[in-house]
Amino acid sequence: MKAKIIITPKKAVLDPQGKAVQNALEHMGYKGVRAVHVGKYLEVEISGEKESVRQQIDEACHKLLSNPVIEDYHFELE
Amino acid sequence: MNFAVLQFPASNCDQDAIHAIQVTGHSARYVWHKEKSLGGVDAVIVPGGFSYGDYLRCGAIARFSPVMQAVQEFAANGGLVLGICNGFQILCEAGLLPGALIRNRSLQFRCEHVLLKTLTTDSAFTNRIPPDKILSIPIAHGEGCYFADEATLERLKANNRILWRYCSAEGEVTESANPNGSLWNIAGLCNERRNVGALMPHPERACEPLLGSADGRLIFESLIGAFQNKAIAKAV
Repeated sequence: MKAKIIITPKKAVLDPQGKAVQNALEHMGYKGVRAVHVGKYLEVEISGEKESVRQQIDEACHKLLSNPVIEDYHFELE
Repeated sequence: MNFAVLQFPASNCDQDAIHAIQVTGHSARYVWHKEKSLGGVDAVIVPGGFSYGDYLRCGAIARFSPVMQAVQEFAANGGLVLGICNGFQILCEAGLLPGALIRNRSLQFRCEHVLLKTLTTDSAFTNRIPPDKILSIPIAHGEGCYFADEATLERLKANNRILWRYCSAEGEVTESANPNGSLWNIAGLCNERRNVGALMPHPERACEPLLGSADGRLIFESLIGAFQNKAIAKAV
């Protein structure tokens, strides 16, 4: 099974990378770019029963893969 | 007094920390990250560097090292713990200090001397710092922008837990004196019990006049002062 995890900075947290990318897009002439947020994408290959994997990945996201002070996460199993 | 200086893969300020402690006339030894015990030391330094290559997030992987479990217990028993730079990031990730350190607002790695205003002498890290003295101590980091939510910031202020703020030569806390975009110009803080503290600047790189400043020595001397006071209190 594969867990596809997306981690993004929380709205209240400064995201200078996102801001720099947004500025670059504007300089390139892309119109109407309202915001860019730079996060992380992780894939975890893991075996087990789906519900137990879901619990484990959720716990791992909370403890290690994301920092709940500054980041939000969500994931899909496939 | 005996200090432990932790060593993680890619710690790179560990030798400087040992040297700084020896300059003060005390002893220090390395403790490898795989150790499960600190071996009866009096204080712990979590030094600067790029532990585990800063993979995932700065300090995120180091925080789960066996030695950090020993540091958690040591801190819970009132032991003195000082985090410097990457050490600050590790202590935040470990939940021993609140908040987090994120990418500098400028996106630049900043490597220069900064000026610090000490907000309180009531801590194990500041008790030997003259109240009006502005400290000149170098920084070297790309991820030193301190962030905490509003409620945490209010709690830090109310409990007098913010130890240092970035300031100008006149001691004014200004936007231009803030090298990384830190919330409220915060350079360092301590926990509620005041035995765990950390800062982004490197006091171990400013302990001798030859290095351009000996102000960092005051922070190590504060730790030594706090330890000696505790020993006196125990003996009485």
